[in-house]
Amino acid sequence: MAISSPPAPAAGRRPGAPAPAAAARRSGPRAAGRLAPYGFVAPFFVLFAAFGLFPLLYTAYVSLHRVELQTSERMDWLGVQNYTRLFEDPFFWNALGNTFTIGVLSTVPQLLMALGLAHLLNYRLRGRTFFRVAMLMPYATSVAAATLVFAQLFGRDYGLINWLLTSVGVGPVDWQASTWASQFGVSAIVTWRWTGYNALIYLAGMQAIPGELYESAAMDGASRWQQFRHVTIPGLRPTIVFTVVVSTIGATQLFGEPLLYEGNAGGGISHQYQTLGLYMYEQGWTFFHLGRAAAVAWVMFLLIVVLALLNAAIAARRNRTDR
Amino acid sequence: MKLAKRSPLQGGPLAYAVLGAATLMFVFPFYWTLVAASRTNAELSAAVPAFTPGPNLFHNLGEALEQAAIGTALWNSLVVSGAVTVGVVLSSTLAGFAFAKLRFRGRGLLLALTIGTMMIPPQLGVIPLFMVIVKMDLQNKLPAVILPALVSAFGVFFMRQFLIQALPDELIEAGRVDGASALRIFWSIVLPVARPGMAVLGMLTFMATWNDFFWPIVALSSQNPTVQVALKSLGQGYVPDQSVVMAGTLLGTLPVLLVFALLGRQIVGGIMQGAVKG
Repeated sequence: MAISSPPAPAAGRRPGAPAPAAAARRSGPRAAGRLAPYGFVAPFFVLFAAFGLFPLLYTAYVSLHRVELQTSERMDWLGVQNYTRLFEDPFFWNALGNTFTIGVLSTVPQLLMALGLAHLLNYRLRGRTFFRVAMLMPYATSVAAATLVFAQLFGRDYGLINWLLTSVGVGPVDWQASTWASQFGVSAIVTWRWTGYNALIYLAGMQAIPGELYESAAMDGASRWQQFRHVTIPGLRPTIVFTVVVSTIGATQLFGEPLLYEGNAGGGISHQYQTLGLYMYEQGWTFFHLGRAAAVAWVMFLLIVVLALLNAAIAARRNRTDR
Repeated sequence: MKLAKRSPLQGGPLAYAVLGAATLMFVFPFYWTLVAASRTNAELSAAVPAFTPGPNLFHNLGEALEQAAIGTALWNSLVVSGAVTVGVVLSSTLAGFAFAKLRFRGRGLLLALTIGTMMIPPQLGVIPLFMVIVKMDLQNKLPAVILPALVSAFGVFFMRQFLIQALPDELIEAGRVDGASALRIFWSIVLPVARPGMAVLGMLTFMATWNDFFWPIVALSSQNPTVQVALKSLGQGYVPDQSVVMAGTLLGTLPVLLVFALLGRQIVGGIMQGAVKG
């Protein structure tokens, strides 16, 4: 490559491409234009392939091997043994169930509250920027920080929440050892962090609904509730589908909250709030079985694919019945 | 007809009351962190909890800095988040521009690949990633958390959506007619137009990287932690004092809150913008 004499900007950054600067000089800007796009996308795709796509696909391959954490360069073929072991492990099914219940406990109230708050934020208000920023502050907080604070608030003996419950006469709740209470506690952290974010997404969707729709609905004598039900909700449908998909995927991945709720990978004394994400981490980094952890990861991936298809099917069906 | 733009309804007292209560719920944990971080452990386990900040803040902050390497963690997080933000914003703007405004073979396929994988959580690839990092001898070193995060499918999509609307085709055409090279066009025509989008993407990326949890705790250790890794050590009982744990939490959250106090309005705008376009 001894062609380029002046330090002309190398338009096509792809190595091995026939010196784009020279080609450009020969046949005008068109030739450079043909190669340049690849130069623009190359930095992204090279790193994306290496650190995004490859690990994802290679996970499936690793899941068919015995790989130990300490000697992770050695892989012994196992076939589907990691999977059969997984499906025989009651803690796997326990984690799957917990992921589902915590997912419902965190996603449903979160999105409903977000919808309500967005509706209120859509009114003409004093200090609306204040409300919006305050609502987004939890989103800016890390999972770790939020969980540490909530773990303190949910403390059994000295936590503020139990103090409050006791002083109104309800009595303390064991937010750690009880299955439902601990799952509620973990879900509360998720709900706290994401409600405001989703409210803003809904608000953006609401502001994109044309005002004439409301005016004509009002002329037809629709009450505010009917307007919300028949104008706002249908107008928001794509946004709602988007938030449901994102929160569901987030829920299948739940990890930091249950890990730091009491600070162990088991997810409570009897694994009562251990999620799949936590179970995967425990297999890999507590029990040192990277191969088994990869099998869990691949199961989680399939779960997400199934959920996404389910979501798409439901959305398509609702669209059909509505029209 | 009347004005095309609908003037929203005036919020009544009930709207203020509900929003006020919600705001209280959202903000209270921050206040509580400050309270707990400024008290002693004994005060935290008293029969009647303290509701106002106490005098012990600086003592606890000092302890947190000393016991949990929060100082190192803050510096590391700054380095990592800064490097990742620059990488993501640059690579996303380059690729986003190509997808938005240039025609080339394979464009549809590459774009579909980018969008299709946008929703797949990176958490699912951590095991091979870990094996790669071990092989490269990068375990417990900052490049281990920087390298995999340097590009983002979401970022590419975001910049593409931004540039489709913000960058008129005529501007690029004019540059071509003037005989500017592709890189020249990018530098002097695309970049100035892309700047607002890059700023939003930068803020979101910085926050997300600062708060990233799974991969850093796998790739790094408490000897050379980022803030989240240090907080994990705190949460796992390496430091027995709850008040010190809360002081560490406060220190780790403060930088992001500071950014938020300064740029909150823009971040809100960015998220709402992304929502409409996304």
